[in-house]
Amino acid sequence: MTTRRLVLTRSAAVIGAASTGLLLPEIARAQSNKVRVGFMLPYTGTFAPLGVAIDNAFRMALDEQGGKLGGREIEWFKVDDESEPSKGVENASRLVQRDKVDILVGTVHSGVQMGIQKVARDSGVLSLIPNAGVHAATRALCAPNVFRTSFTNSQPTRALGKVMVDKGHKKAVWITWKYAAGDEAFEGFKESYTAAGGTIVKELGLPFPNVEFQALLTEIAALKPDAVACFFAGGGAAKFIKDYAAAGLKGKIPLYGSGFLTEGVLDAAGPAADGIYTTLHYSDSLDTARNKAFRLAYAKTFKLQPDVYAVQGYDTGLLMIQGANAVKGDLSNKKALYAAMESAVVDSPRGKWSMSKQHNPVQDIYLRVVENKENKVVGVAAKALADAGTGCRMA
Amino acid sequence: MSTARAHLEVLPRSIQLVLWLGLLALLAFPWIGSDFYAQMVSRMMILAIFAMSLDLLQGVTGLVSLGHAAYFGLAGYLLAFMTPPGEPVSLWWTLPLAVLGSGLAAAVIGFFVVRTQGIYFIMVTMAFAQMVFYLFFDNKVLGGSDGIYINFKPDAVLFDLENKQVFYYFTLACLVGVYLFLRRLLWSPLGRALNGIRINEHRMRAMGYATFGYKLTAFTVAGAIAGLAGYLWGAQTGYVNPELMGFHMSAHAIMMVILGGMGNFAGALVGAFCFEYLLHLFKDLPTVGSFQMGKHWQLWMGSFIVLVVVWAPRGVLGLVQRLGGDRDA
Amino acid sequence: MDLANFLIQLLNSVQYGLLLFMLAAGLTLIFGIMGVVNLAHGSFYMLGAYLGYAFCAAWGSLTLAIAGGAALSVLFGLLLERLLFRHFYHRDHLDQVLLTFGLIYIFEEMRSILWGDDVHGVPVPAALEWSIPLTENLSYPAYRLFMSGVCLLLAAGLYLLISKTRLGMKIRAGAFNRDMTESLGINIQLIHAIVFAMGVGLAAVAGIVAAPVSSVYPNMGSQVLIMCFVVVVIGGIGSIRGALIAALLVGLVDTFGKVLLPQVASMLVYVLMALVLLWKPQGLFKQ
Repeated sequence: MTTRRLVLTRSAAVIGAASTGLLLPEIARAQSNKVRVGFMLPYTGTFAPLGVAIDNAFRMALDEQGGKLGGREIEWFKVDDESEPSKGVENASRLVQRDKVDILVGTVHSGVQMGIQKVARDSGVLSLIPNAGVHAATRALCAPNVFRTSFTNSQPTRALGKVMVDKGHKKAVWITWKYAAGDEAFEGFKESYTAAGGTIVKELGLPFPNVEFQALLTEIAALKPDAVACFFAGGGAAKFIKDYAAAGLKGKIPLYGSGFLTEGVLDAAGPAADGIYTTLHYSDSLDTARNKAFRLAYAKTFKLQPDVYAVQGYDTGLLMIQGANAVKGDLSNKKALYAAMESAVVDSPRGKWSMSKQHNPVQDIYLRVVENKENKVVGVAAKALADAGTGCRMA
Repeated sequence: MSTARAHLEVLPRSIQLVLWLGLLALLAFPWIGSDFYAQMVSRMMILAIFAMSLDLLQGVTGLVSLGHAAYFGLAGYLLAFMTPPGEPVSLWWTLPLAVLGSGLAAAVIGFFVVRTQGIYFIMVTMAFAQMVFYLFFDNKVLGGSDGIYINFKPDAVLFDLENKQVFYYFTLACLVGVYLFLRRLLWSPLGRALNGIRINEHRMRAMGYATFGYKLTAFTVAGAIAGLAGYLWGAQTGYVNPELMGFHMSAHAIMMVILGGMGNFAGALVGAFCFEYLLHLFKDLPTVGSFQMGKHWQLWMGSFIVLVVVWAPRGVLGLVQRLGGDRDA
Repeated sequence: MDLANFLIQLLNSVQYGLLLFMLAAGLTLIFGIMGVVNLAHGSFYMLGAYLGYAFCAAWGSLTLAIAGGAALSVLFGLLLERLLFRHFYHRDHLDQVLLTFGLIYIFEEMRSILWGDDVHGVPVPAALEWSIPLTENLSYPAYRLFMSGVCLLLAAGLYLLISKTRLGMKIRAGAFNRDMTESLGINIQLIHAIVFAMGVGLAAVAGIVAAPVSSVYPNMGSQVLIMCFVVVVIGGIGSIRGALIAALLVGLVDTFGKVLLPQVASMLVYVLMALVLLWKPQGLFKQ
């Protein structure tokens, strides 16, 4: 063979193989009666533990009821969204168009969620949100096929304002990261705090995910407010708690926050976290039979302690089971399916909750205080709190 | 520079063959592939345009820019600002405007940046790109860290871009157009001057060339073409966010160009396709035992990159040349 | 802003600046002496932090963790230099960029496989867990003073090493003219290996020392990396003195920017860099 022919045949082979490689999965996917469930969650990066918790708990919910949905077997798909908003649309399309999932469960990061929302609205696929609290998903961009089983970013903080004023803290400083979740959390806080008679002295922010708080902590000390309210999550939350204490503010200026401040970080934060009051729709220490049973089962199966993210994943499974059972597995009967899910009451470890008209949980928000690396529930900060749902044209 | 003979004005036969085969495959693909994969290939084509624009800067002129994605993202944002939330906007004036906008930004930033040399140039391009990134990231007015959605593809009147196949062929047309334009540029006096600057800038200056002006021109043209890619990206995905202008995006572009082989634009094209395809491949790897190969795709990607740099510094097309029996490869 | 507040913010700036310096010093050495663009420098910082976390958890002492982490990272640096970097000194900057970018991916995954993806805290050693009251409301954590102290000590040590010892002399000679130095009989390969290992060690120790304050989390390297580069460029490649001044400048701009001009705070450092480069295209203290 001449060299030229060799190159020609080799290149043709390579290009042919590549194209086939892209086409093969298409051909291989035979028809089956299985329900296709696709996870779009962060399996790498800072939010990976959250993604894993949701995945685990969802499957656990299904396994507890026989591992089937409406009598049908399940085929699982997953995509790692890496918490990357710029790839959100692409990753969601992968599950919806290539893997042709019937149900899309995702995700954690609000920015990525917007990508999923776009694909969900365009394609009509059933989209279940197990965490991302971005308002638009159940407000301006709500859709009949989108259901959220977690919270909106402003729900926990809407319960916070009154609590703080009742404790006598009428002047507060708010601090958070400047991104959607932080801004929306502030919205809830501002509304409830000012409505209860409090004044927000200053609103501080730093870019996400910056964790150099020193300069702003110094600023807070100079402002001398009655209390500080904040929204941070994950590693940043642990650091903020520690820095707050190290700057001598602990004990002098009480710290409050949306519950995510103290979720999953108490080990890392240590004794610096004692005495912090937070509001959230769940707490590990909830003293109910349902919660205790859930925690035991989760710990036994996965050798990990469950957190609020696991509960949300679990509830997503419970909701899906209710919907699938109502239509006896016929997920194409969308009208009945959505109706069933809209009217569902989920018997969750966090307590019973129902779906709002905009497809967001209507739930109790608990007041908790940190004691010895645990979030102890001290009361209900707000009962059956629903999200405002402004701008949703479904209701 | 790693390559000498790859910067040919006439491509060796082996590479030409690869390109023709590739074009045929691209033309045929939408008929045999699914919608999802056609979209993926569209995306690869857009990235190929982006990579080629960087090749003009990097492979031809020898300027390594770690901030090229700024112009890519900027055009996407311009489209986002120009598209009202409820209806599409016309392709025929928004496309030139976005390209011009990116080109202008490149000209302005280039004016500051091109005066530096070597490592400083690399770092300063990165710094300016980071500045642009933070400008958008920190300001809600510009969309903030959450980005902006483009709800409708641009309206082309003569053809419907909302149709995925039409969009695919439109992108392909842009790709071929950019390629031909750049190759023609390589032949022109400007192209030869840029090549000369890469090889030895002092000598060029001694010969009387105003190298600053030439470098700035290359920087601007590269920025404008990156803008074209960014516009198409925004139109296709319907979403722009600051990450499109970030460090990682710029680094990916560099990798695509190097992967394929620098200086002749064909390499950048091939590199973009290879890179995206590999990324797709690695992320889809199955789980072996308890080790999730797909989850740890960065390990495979990183190792692959290291291997390429160590053993195939002239990229994929360099390998093709060697296979093709070119003696100087 | 009253005087007390101003002084405290100044203290904050210096502390942040000194930490940046520790990282930038390693980077500028590797840049300046071997001419290698090393994008993976942030990964060394991250690996150091995770090592520190692991050692602290295993041995319960931060001092031991620093010692162990320093030793291990220096060894790792020597190995990396020998196997990979050595072959890239004469290669194009572009190839170096590519190589080190690939390494970033590999190191992130190594970290993920070895230690998982969780965020971890490292406890402040009990001896340093107190705070110095500065105003009625604000105290300054003693540990941060310790951190600054360690950085200053290292800065002094580095200065003495480079300017007052024979090794330092050889290093400077090698940076000035490699071939000449080699022909004088000095083992330039060994010098390069030592400098590289030192750079890695500095970054890793910075990670361990900062861990109690910044927590240990995935991708922590990329955030500091860019800041590091800005510091090195402002200070001038190869200049330790430049790195120190630049780091302090960056600390100042960043800290006061956050408080006074929060809207543009993130951009300010880059504006600073652009301005410096307009005035002195090769940095403040180019060798």
